[in-house]
Amino acid sequence: MAIKYNDPHPLEVKVISQRFQMANSASIDTYLATEGYDGLKKAITMTPEAIIDTLKASNLRGRGGAGFPTGMKWSFVPRTTGKPTYIICNSDESEPGTCKDRLLMEKDPHQMIEGMVIAGFTIKSNKGYIFIRGEYRYLIDIVDKAIEEAYKKGFLGKNILGSGWDFDLYTHTGAGAYECGEESALLESLEGKRGIPRLKPPFPAVVGAFQSPTILNNCETFASVPVIFRKGAEWYSNLGIPKSGGTRLTCVSGHVNRPGVYEIPLGFPMMKLINEICGGIRNGKKLKAVIPGGSSSPVLKADECVDLTLDFDALAKAKTMAGSGGLVILDEDTDIVAVAMRTIQFYAHESCGWCIPCREGTTWLKKILVRFHEGGGVQSDIDLIGELAANMLGRTFCPLGDAAAMPIGAFVAKFRDEFEAKLKQSRATKKSPDLVVV
Amino acid sequence: MSTVNRMTFSPALEARFAKLLTIYPTGRQRSAVVPMLLYAQDEVGCVNQEVIEEVARRCGVTPLQVDEVIGYYSMLHRKPLGKFHVQVCTNIACQAVGAESLWDHAREALKLKNKEVSADGLISLEEVECMGACSWAPAIQINYDFHHFVTNGDFDKLIASLRDGSYGKKAS
Repeated sequence: MAIKYNDPHPLEVKVISQRFQMANSASIDTYLATEGYDGLKKAITMTPEAIIDTLKASNLRGRGGAGFPTGMKWSFVPRTTGKPTYIICNSDESEPGTCKDRLLMEKDPHQMIEGMVIAGFTIKSNKGYIFIRGEYRYLIDIVDKAIEEAYKKGFLGKNILGSGWDFDLYTHTGAGAYECGEESALLESLEGKRGIPRLKPPFPAVVGAFQSPTILNNCETFASVPVIFRKGAEWYSNLGIPKSGGTRLTCVSGHVNRPGVYEIPLGFPMMKLINEICGGIRNGKKLKAVIPGGSSSPVLKADECVDLTLDFDALAKAKTMAGSGGLVILDEDTDIVAVAMRTIQFYAHESCGWCIPCREGTTWLKKILVRFHEGGGVQSDIDLIGELAANMLGRTFCPLGDAAAMPIGAFVAKFRDEFEAKLKQSRATKKSPDLVVV
Repeated sequence: MSTVNRMTFSPALEARFAKLLTIYPTGRQRSAVVPMLLYAQDEVGCVNQEVIEEVARRCGVTPLQVDEVIGYYSMLHRKPLGKFHVQVCTNIACQAVGAESLWDHAREALKLKNKEVSADGLISLEEVECMGACSWAPAIQINYDFHHFVTNGDFDKLIASLRDGSYGKKAS
């Protein structure tokens, strides 16, 4: 069945999405005809140290959300423990606003596979798993087929490219749990358990899959690796800005004329993405707010976006985050209280319940915000929402609690007037007097 | 624990299960629990007690260890869904472009509430969290098929095709 996606845009810098529009883009023939596996051929002649140095020089940073330097992450994996080691690809994409890994796997799965094989060679791992969210069932078949093709051509299996090193790669599915995108919860899920996060440290680099040293990266991160070895670290780094090399897929959704997944260099101006690539706000409306890096990232008001560039450091400086690269664009008619409510409904649903600040915090925030949105709010709710969110921050077992608290805190702090207006409106329409809060 | 399989699946699924039990490190067959449950559900319609016990047997864990996993994952269902499980995303990216009204329309058109199954067992409806189609919203999934930029009219056509049996037989 033909699925409709967005068209590409001339302002994109197409590196990892360069094959997306090609016929049979997912097949190994297409991949090989367009320099596929050339990165591996280069990397396999290098020492692990040289591979890691190349990655460090490329300034590639994790595309899953945290933006941690990839070369650094790989360097943390001990290579002499005698234990088996593992390569895990996090394709459990489920951060609201994000839909890029899905395209990467559907349109160009070999890129991710090649990145994983290079990672495997670096630490002489013999096994890797691609953790794909359950909803992406159709991608299991596409990726399995790509894996089979790679085995046939000798890029997976025994004695890869005559190196004497073996590497096996498999798909593994989740079954509906946002929390499994958190790396330690993902590893629990991979072991057949509930996806409850693990205490860190130790980090997965040292004690990861099956209690062994593990390289665990996001799908897009692995997909970005081959080109670095094909074209060089300097070339890749120069696409972006200092400390944030290369390009990334941004997923634009919401009130723009041309929502879509677009590949842009790190440091690309946000308003250029919104106004030129995405054709501006639809129906001639004005921009009200941008959620810049998936639903966990604190919202930005329109005036904060004016000179902002899309890279990890610039967004961190603006007290939000580049996160997973999912931008939700909201126009002047957007009901921020409704967005805040829907956001917390999501986190309350997805909280695994393991730690109390997250389980109770998300639940109570949800109860208060739903009541507030439905017209039953009281004056003290506005501060209460902000306080509850502030009390969760930094006090939960894993980042899900922060991911819930950060956006809610920002909605209240930056759009307090909308909460006040909602309250005023509730009071005007409500027949019964305000609840007395003691 | 008996190694005899008491429940059998289609040959394709049996082949998939046989492979699953070989891909994890030795002694780590518990890893196959979640994939096995999901793939079994696709064929059986839900993860009932029989499936739980079978998966437990094959993976070398107790039925309780399988049972506790099911409660965690939102895609695993203990009761059968409709033949076509219609999932409407209402998360923020879809919400921005009208998912709430699509969700209202879906419930109205199907005369179903969230997580209900139609009397004939053909269609079930669920409001779901982000499914990874944000840039092509509003989006729905019917079983595992994605449908993008769904209008109320598109929704009605899709439902009609589920009912007359033409769904999936032509490009939508």
